Amino acid sequence: MTGIQIIFIIVAVVTLGAGLMSVITRNLVHAALWLVLALLGVAIFFVLLNASFLAVAQVVIYIGAIAILMIFTIMLTRRVAVGSADSQLNANWGWAAFIAVALFAGLVWLLSGWNGFNITAQQMSPRTDTIRQLGTALVSPSAYVIPFEVASILLLAALVGAIVVAWDRKS
Amino acid sequence: MLNDWLFIGVFLVLAPVFPLLALVIPRIIAPRKPSPLKNQTYECGIETVGESWVQFRIQYYIFALVFLVFDVELVFLFPWAIAFEQLPIFAVLEGVLFVLILIVGLVYAWRKGALEWV
Amino acid sequence: MGDPVTAISQWLESLFLGWGLAPGWVAIIQAFIGVVAIATFVLLVDILLVWVERKVVARFQDRLGPNRLGPFGLIQPLADVIKLLIKEDITPIGADRIVYNLAPIMALATVLLLWAVVPLAPTIVGTDLNVGVLYIVAIGALGTLGIIMAGWASNNKYALLGAFRTVAQMVSYEVPMVIAIMVPVILAGSMGINTIVFSQSPVWYVVTAPMAALIVLISAIAELGRAPFDLAEAESEIVAGFHIEYTGMKFGLFYAGELLHALTMGGIIASLFLGGWRGPGAETYPILGVFYFFLKSFFLYWVIMWVKYSLPRIRIDHMLNFNWKFLTPLSLVVLLVTAVLHKLLVGLPDWQYVIGMLLANVILFWGTLYVLRRYARTERVQVAEPMPVAVPPAAPMSSSQS
Repeated sequence: MTGIQIIFIIVAVVTLGAGLMSVITRNLVHAALWLVLALLGVAIFFVLLNASFLAVAQVVIYIGAIAILMIFTIMLTRRVAVGSADSQLNANWGWAAFIAVALFAGLVWLLSGWNGFNITAQQMSPRTDTIRQLGTALVSPSAYVIPFEVASILLLAALVGAIVVAWDRKS
Repeated sequence: MLNDWLFIGVFLVLAPVFPLLALVIPRIIAPRKPSPLKNQTYECGIETVGESWVQFRIQYYIFALVFLVFDVELVFLFPWAIAFEQLPIFAVLEGVLFVLILIVGLVYAWRKGALEWV
Repeated sequence: MGDPVTAISQWLESLFLGWGLAPGWVAIIQAFIGVVAIATFVLLVDILLVWVERKVVARFQDRLGPNRLGPFGLIQPLADVIKLLIKEDITPIGADRIVYNLAPIMALATVLLLWAVVPLAPTIVGTDLNVGVLYIVAIGALGTLGIIMAGWASNNKYALLGAFRTVAQMVSYEVPMVIAIMVPVILAGSMGINTIVFSQSPVWYVVTAPMAALIVLISAIAELGRAPFDLAEAESEIVAGFHIEYTGMKFGLFYAGELLHALTMGGIIASLFLGGWRGPGAETYPILGVFYFFLKSFFLYWVIMWVKYSLPRIRIDHMLNFNWKFLTPLSLVVLLVTAVLHKLLVGLPDWQYVIGMLLANVILFWGTLYVLRRYARTERVQVAEPMPVAVPPAAPMSSSQS
């Protein structure tokens, strides 16, 4: 077992555990903090895959913006969920569990036919600058320029939608 | 490149150790005499009324939301910035267009009054 | 080479390899020693910063500052540290213990982590990460989280309010900061901070992109939560902000983190815009580079202190307006102008390129001042307009005041 595999297993266990804790803990703020740990674990996976840009982007966007937005949202509520005695399950838990299991089974079925598990990735030469290649590809007409600009429009739409929904002058 | 991250990884593990050490020493040498009065929440001398979980205004949420959109867009721009030297002029203008769309969003939020702290 | 750090590192590497250790373990041990060395050094500087801060603020306020312990009061910070160590540690009732104790650790650890990518000299650098600039932003995000944790876990209204103000301010000012940081990234064509320092020849980026440098400095002051942006600890409103319930060494960690963060920001801005370790002879004698780097960092730290102790605190709506309605649009304009101009001018000889970039920035600066002045004028007219609040008494003056 190589060092990277050991790190991978440790990080995977921590990430899964944190994800589980964020679902089962009763305290909403604790749930958000567990989620942050899980997201950090995903960032470390990106590092292990040699994708440094994705790793830092993961931390900047998911921890720096989305987790903070979540905590702000929790704070907007009245103290609803700290130590409340209600059950954490609602009436539809059976259906939700069924869909989750079905999705997982589907994924396993899909991946069982895939032969990518045994292939070792090619060694990258240390001089390859993947971020520069990504930057060139994002704006080159033969690659991803349309998705790039569409992403911008999409984000604009998200901003407009968010303001329309959250910012109602009349209320 | 993983070697670069090895350093960061070791740092990530070790960085909390230093402040932790600074917290362990007082555990040993500092006095500990908690009393209900001493452990009261500080509120300028009077007793606390109600819960500390005060309801926050929607404004914080709006600003975090606007920030989120900007954050995502800016992260998209960084690869463009790195590849800048090699890009032909029209590719540069595509990045400019990206930023202009971002500005449209800012102007919209501004005109709509979402950036107002009232 | 003339560089003791690299020499020691290579000597250790050959020593460990000679013992028959696997190369992977040698790399880990090397990283370990490097991290401990950097962190210890930085923390020692941090203790010195307590003295610097107190001495400088005293001079700004026409006082003497600490001058009893040791020459110029230099031993004062050690006494401060001992005092903090033997103070009783109080945990308020209803605090969330784990998160409460985790927050100060995060506050200092995130600042320490920033030093992993800051180059002290051409060869003395933790690691020249190829995403260094974004790494700094990412670690800043973790620091923000630490503040939220401190404010929430204290079970105190003031702490929560302070934390929320700080976070709203930090996330807001992150936008112009990231936009302006993109300017040196464009000019250098890399996100590695050491690469950015290397590419600052023949002139520093503060000459070719002064507007971006100014924007980064302003938003860095806001990120630090220092005056005029110290709404987080507005004593008159919310007492001390997010660390109100912290005592003893836990408060000390927040304090040390704040001071060190200011110097770190100075170091980062120095690396991005002021040429970092660049200076006469730094390429051949890397130790000189360390000296130049800290000279520039402390200069910027001093500027930040100068601003802090000269300006009054601004109001929260002004703070947010200043960011979203002035700094963010301005930084976007600066980014566009610099990017397009750089593309157009890059083929020219050096002096023409530098003069062109500088001229564009001067024009931009003048335009900004013009807009600001017009805005201030309309604002003044609005304030100066007579606003009748009550009808003046109709009775003649002589009889009313007798």
